[in-house]
Amino acid sequence: MTTRREFLKVSAAGGLVFGFHLPAANAQNVAPEINAWVVVRPDDTVIIRYARSEMGQGSMTSAAQLVAEELDCDWSKVRVEYADTNAHVRRKRVWGDMAAVGSRTIRQSQDYLRKAGAGAREMLLIAAAQGWNAPVAECTASNGVITHGPSGRKTSFGKVAGEAAKLAPPKEVTLKDPKDWKIAGKPIKRVDIPDIVAGRIRYGIDAQLPGMVYAAIAQCPVFGGRLKSVDAAKIEGRRGVIKVLPMEDYVAVVADNWWRAKEALKELPIEWSFGAGESASSESILQFLRSGLDDASNVVVARRNGELEQGLAGAAKVLEAEYFTPYLAHATLEPMGCTAVLKDGRVDVWTSTQNAEASHATAAATAGVPLENVYVHRVQLGGGFGRRGGSQDFVRQGVQIAKAMGSTPVKLLWTREEDTQHDFYRPLSVVRIKAGLDASGNPVAWYSRVSAPSIISTLLKLPLKEGVDPQAVASFADQPYAIPNVLIEYAQRNPHVPVGFWRTVGHSQNPFMRESFVDELAKAAGKDPYEYRRGLLPAATKEHGVLEATAKAARWAEPLPAGVHRGIAVTEAYGSYVAAVAELAVSDKNVVDIKRLVLGIDSGHVVNPDNVVAQMQGSAVFMLSAMFWGEITIKDGRVEQSNFHDYRMMRLREMPKVEVVLAPSGGFWGGIGEPGQAAIAPAICNALFAATGKRVRSLPLKSHGFEIA
Amino acid sequence: MIQLTVNGRSREVDVEPEMPLLWVLRDELDVKGPKFGCGIAQCGACTVHVNGEPVRSCSFPVSAAAGKRVLTLEGLAPGGRLHPVQQAWIEHQVPQCGYCQGGQILAAVALLRKKPNPTDKDIDEAMTNICRCGTYARIRTAIHAAAKSGKARA
Ligand code: FES
Ligand code: FES
Repeated sequence: MTTRREFLKVSAAGGLVFGFHLPAANAQNVAPEINAWVVVRPDDTVIIRYARSEMGQGSMTSAAQLVAEELDCDWSKVRVEYADTNAHVRRKRVWGDMAAVGSRTIRQSQDYLRKAGAGAREMLLIAAAQGWNAPVAECTASNGVITHGPSGRKTSFGKVAGEAAKLAPPKEVTLKDPKDWKIAGKPIKRVDIPDIVAGRIRYGIDAQLPGMVYAAIAQCPVFGGRLKSVDAAKIEGRRGVIKVLPMEDYVAVVADNWWRAKEALKELPIEWSFGAGESASSESILQFLRSGLDDASNVVVARRNGELEQGLAGAAKVLEAEYFTPYLAHATLEPMGCTAVLKDGRVDVWTSTQNAEASHATAAATAGVPLENVYVHRVQLGGGFGRRGGSQDFVRQGVQIAKAMGSTPVKLLWTREEDTQHDFYRPLSVVRIKAGLDASGNPVAWYSRVSAPSIISTLLKLPLKEGVDPQAVASFADQPYAIPNVLIEYAQRNPHVPVGFWRTVGHSQNPFMRESFVDELAKAAGKDPYEYRRGLLPAATKEHGVLEATAKAARWAEPLPAGVHRGIAVTEAYGSYVAAVAELAVSDKNVVDIKRLVLGIDSGHVVNPDNVVAQMQGSAVFMLSAMFWGEITIKDGRVEQSNFHDYRMMRLREMPKVEVVLAPSGGFWGGIGEPGQAAIAPAICNALFAATGKRVRSLPLKSHGFEIA
Repeated sequence: MIQLTVNGRSREVDVEPEMPLLWVLRDELDVKGPKFGCGIAQCGACTVHVNGEPVRSCSFPVSAAAGKRVLTLEGLAPGGRLHPVQQAWIEHQVPQCGYCQGGQILAAVALLRKKPNPTDKDIDEAMTNICRCGTYARIRTAIHAAAKSGKARA
């Protein structure tokens, strides 16, 4: 086993003077490691390792809460440190998946995290019992103190940690019933916030190394294009400029200060060969996707129940509509970047990444060194939202540039313009929906065909199971309503624009369409949109429960002031169930005044309720920005938007009142970071319909003349 | 040479006068509190105080800061004693990723200096920095809390 000694070697070899504190290395040198997740120092400090990433979603704290809960340690003595990716490679991936994506950090690691805490507690208990020559069954742990019941003798975790570390881990551990939780389930304050407000926390952009130089890049404006030539002589002799690096599809200017690199790049004459993408526009892309709605070939079935055609034929009324959602950029506030240095066959990388293992692998492959020679230094992310996980383009570039600079450390940083124009965008999509209602207004048939790019096949390059990208048909293929005849189809249509996972992915768009169309059905049936949904959702479904809880909190049945209107929506997303009620008024100038947004979530268990509230609030801002203004458009093969002046973000004065309803029903682990967005757009658009009689079937709302108050 | 005082310390830099203060701080002086978000005075992640006034340092030439006092997040808690705004930020768990928060905190400190008891409208008008994570509700709550704590004058 490579444990403490390995860490020692790592940190000794580290040797890089760096502005970050690297507490993990220190702790790993001196303190007894009980298991890969738990280190206990002689002074009773408990170090809990965290393997995934922290980008504001709060999982670093929640994960530690789960370990600490089972460990029965003193929370005030807990410190959280990142697991080291190099040790991860050498220790056969002892920390498991390091990706913080898909709202799965807690739900996919809660089992082994809790077991690690319980196992470490067991080892500490055994060590104490052995010291007292007492049966372990007579010993208990609480708040970091171990007590021998019969004699009343006490010791602390720190005192027995050295002995405990020598023990074999227990084969079986019993986990607590969540109703007995004291640390988990509580609104514990986030461990990273004190460092944030004091300006001590470090992001990828903050890497600082001796002798470091800075790189700014220009990537081919048309996706898929190539660099033809640059006239480096034009910027030679400019102050601070060190080198011009022509790469396959981008150019880097390296200077002694990032601003100098960026300014020089502006003066650099560059010629590209744009390739086939150059002729594409938003119009041509939309036309291509629309053809997917009618094509008979290259279409696959994602779900089938009963006989759609029969259902439609027997319906008293048939409704049909086409919905559209645009490309969206992630716009993390920290732009893409990567600092790297290659020296003596070793690669060190500092980057804001949602998947440190993927960054590690990308760095190794790009530098051409074995995985054992790579060190990805862990930092806070200035936002992730899916941009920094599946796509490691920034690491590839950072290492390429560093490689071209010999053993000089290089910090690559993108401008906001590069960031906006070279994203992996939330796919656009067009969807045809058709439903048949029986005489009493209940749906007897539902059809959706989604025509959209596939992230899984184009970004991850993975084969699709039966041709279906689950994200593209999310919330259609798993729609919960009791409808006997259902057909969901997927037409994969991939324009040249790269697509990726954007917070809430398919659930950021399909619930808008599904739940808006359910509203259309309720209207056609002449029924209240809440009661209509409630009647169609089997009582045992979680959707039914969260819909009721949210409607109740929103006082759905109570009358509203004159001019104020409501909308409602419900859906599953990332293993959680969410509902939203929006109350708003619309002026005669189409200014939308959102009076109240009530967001309900049933995530099963709740590890940190205050963090769930924060994520729901943040989700509201994220979705409102997208639905009012968010749209990436294409002209001559390239993105038209470039910065926050034309890719608008919601600001404080525009944020409506958000009320969060926690309705955990227990028994399962749902996601938190993404579900909050899913029900918002339909709830608002349904309220807009109630207010104006205008059915919004495409986003953003600015295209319909709506503005936020 | 351009002289400026950064967080109480006199510094001299030999740079182009038009270099934005942000890059002087970050790349020349290794002061990393001010962040880069847009470069066009849109987001406020780069907010610092120059002689007590909040400025967007990405669009503020260093020459305009010559001979002046520059305050960044790092300088807000001399001796480690947190400013009431920072305390309120912890108490109300404002940050998510935190990237914008240095700018937000400095904007809030400037607001409270001018208006020790700001109304919601004052907050709306003064707090124009972008938070991509959407922490606005908590920023508002924390500013009111810092104002209440009564000692929010830096
Ligand atoms: S970086 Fe200065 S305002 Fe955005
Ligand atoms: S906390 Fe992430 S941008 Fe504001």
